[in-house]
Amino acid sequence: MTSTDMPSFASATQAEVVRDPHYNFGYLDESTKRMLRRALLKAVAIPGYQVPFGSREMPLPYGWGTGGIQVTAAIIGAGDVLKVIDQGSDDTTNAINIRRFFARVTGVRTTESTRAASIVQTRHRIPETPLREGQIVVFQVPIPEPLRWLEPSETETRTMHALAEYGGMHVKLYEDIAQHGHIATTYDYPVVVNERYMMRPSPIPKFDNPKLDNNPALMLFGAGREKRVYAVPPYTRVKSLDFQDHPFTVEKWSDCCALCGSRDSYLDEIILDDQGTRRFVCSDTEYCADRQAAGHGGPAAGEYTA
Amino acid sequence: MYVAVKGGERAILNSYRMLDSYRRGDPSVPALTLAQIREQMPLAVSRVMAEGSLYDPHLAALALKQAAGDTIEAIFLLRAYRTTLPRFGYTQPLDTARMGLQRRISATFKDVPGGQILGPTYDYTQRLLDFSLEDDAPAQPLPPADVPVASTMPRVTDLLRHESLVEDDAVPPGDPAPFDLTRQPLTFPASRPARLQNLARADEGYLLSMGYSTQRGYGNTHPFAAEIRYGTVEVEMFVEELGFAVTVGEIDVTECQMVSQFAGDPQEGPRFTRGYGLVFGYGERKAMSMALVDRALRAAELGEAADSPANDHEFVLYHSDNVEASGFVQHLKLPHYVDFQANLELVRRMRHELAQQQQQARHAAGDDTSAAAMHDGAPTTRAAAASSLDEAIAS
Repeated sequence: MTSTDMPSFASATQAEVVRDPHYNFGYLDESTKRMLRRALLKAVAIPGYQVPFGSREMPLPYGWGTGGIQVTAAIIGAGDVLKVIDQGSDDTTNAINIRRFFARVTGVRTTESTRAASIVQTRHRIPETPLREGQIVVFQVPIPEPLRWLEPSETETRTMHALAEYGGMHVKLYEDIAQHGHIATTYDYPVVVNERYMMRPSPIPKFDNPKLDNNPALMLFGAGREKRVYAVPPYTRVKSLDFQDHPFTVEKWSDCCALCGSRDSYLDEIILDDQGTRRFVCSDTEYCADRQAAGHGGPAAGEYTA
Repeated sequence: MYVAVKGGERAILNSYRMLDSYRRGDPSVPALTLAQIREQMPLAVSRVMAEGSLYDPHLAALALKQAAGDTIEAIFLLRAYRTTLPRFGYTQPLDTARMGLQRRISATFKDVPGGQILGPTYDYTQRLLDFSLEDDAPAQPLPPADVPVASTMPRVTDLLRHESLVEDDAVPPGDPAPFDLTRQPLTFPASRPARLQNLARADEGYLLSMGYSTQRGYGNTHPFAAEIRYGTVEVEMFVEELGFAVTVGEIDVTECQMVSQFAGDPQEGPRFTRGYGLVFGYGERKAMSMALVDRALRAAELGEAADSPANDHEFVLYHSDNVEASGFVQHLKLPHYVDFQANLELVRRMRHELAQQQQQARHAAGDDTSAAAMHDGAPTTRAAAASSLDEAIAS
């Protein structure tokens, strides 16, 4: 593998996407957007509660972000600035595709900057750059039900939520500790929102769970195939489940980011050859590029240029 | 490295062009026209309209052409387009007794009023490859019959109903507005209208397997095909300003009514119960499968044992949609490296801890000859790694 195969993280020249006048602003018609906003208002009013909604068929496949796309379509306005990330990166093909979709059906400005964005749609990560009041993060959710692997029936799990019957999840985590010495859940780690509803934070690594707690931004979650939305309003308590003698902890790396030298960010592992040589780089590409621009460097800084 | 590199946008745009060439094939071969697809692949068009929940042969043909013949992709295209269409209202119930029949058969009576009409069917074709179709062998159409088929032909189940031998299927009191699966989320317990809507747009292969399972002993319904009919019906809408219903068009549908035995309650006495199937276009296999599954889903409300997969409402209805299933299965090709990294970190840590424990144990036993045993790991570690990986690919 040559060095040109490594991510360069340089800003790409984006092919111009033109607003397509054949489609209503945001693709969905206005009454569908109103239906979605009603569901979202209910979700904000009952933090962590899964609100069923009349999910529509979108021109992207189920499981590829249709819930997040519908939520974004319902809340986005002409003045918004949209950032879309997948695995923390603005440049994964799915993130590019969703960003292009919104550019085409809304014509809004898109950005890679977390600070410049008013809406951040994400799959599997929360940006490293701290969010502020007024920003909205939209999560793409594959399976919204935290109790699903304990109980396959939706009728049953809705009853369990109504009764706050969450003991089963503690038992599962305890069994992990008994068998492996660790809680084996590393992502999609269950949380309790506002001391009431158990919530699945979408498959973010548990590294990102602390960012959910008391965050100044509004967090909206959309599951299109499962037809549910839920929310964490700004400054809401979000607690990751744990035990007094096994407190919640997050992943740590012995390496720093090879490009920006960060020791506080979530790292992806890049395999360099078939001899086991590997390197770690920030999963949040925009955060990493910002740090490099500010003069920070890791062991491989400057090795990969645009 | 198909995700992390910049240039993904250019790759996407290039993939469009490669796909166009792949779909078009050899440019020296004339392109298919939509009229050719519509007229010469009507069964594919029917399936795309039925599962796409949109009756439009022209758009279904376009979707099939754009999808290079992939039915599920064509269904997806039609469904996404359907989202953008305005809704004017609901039609009057179709009256399938007034169907312009192309085909009508009953397996429960040797003869029925109006007669059995075989119509265009593959049933008795012997399935020998017809090599005359390699060239464009002209079809030899059947000349019109001397006596036209009656414009109204009673349904076989209506004949049974006269004797109260089969349960009623009258319009419910007050004729409430129908549940609309495309506007409301499916919730449980699901009403029969919601279930039938789900089944009508369900994947044909899925319904076929589910229906088949009930025949092989996973839920027993003893079904009889009381009637299968295919033909053209008028679609009427009630127009408020006019004060009466007007015909807004004609559509082809296939209807199947299955009847099954049922002990009945002491007051009513024993009688037959129904399973119902209705699909856009000509889709007999699907209509029959749908009727079997509809009946299987009624097992609990009819007081039968409901312990087979086809009796389980959540199982059947949550997994029937091929657009949902196809998307979620195929989302596994999206990058999952963030979650996978979280698992890698845990598995490495657990293996490291295990190796340390083993080394300490060996020291304690005075045996430090081998340090290589750690590579195989203990069964528990392996199981933990495997289950974590399963979870990684499940989301």
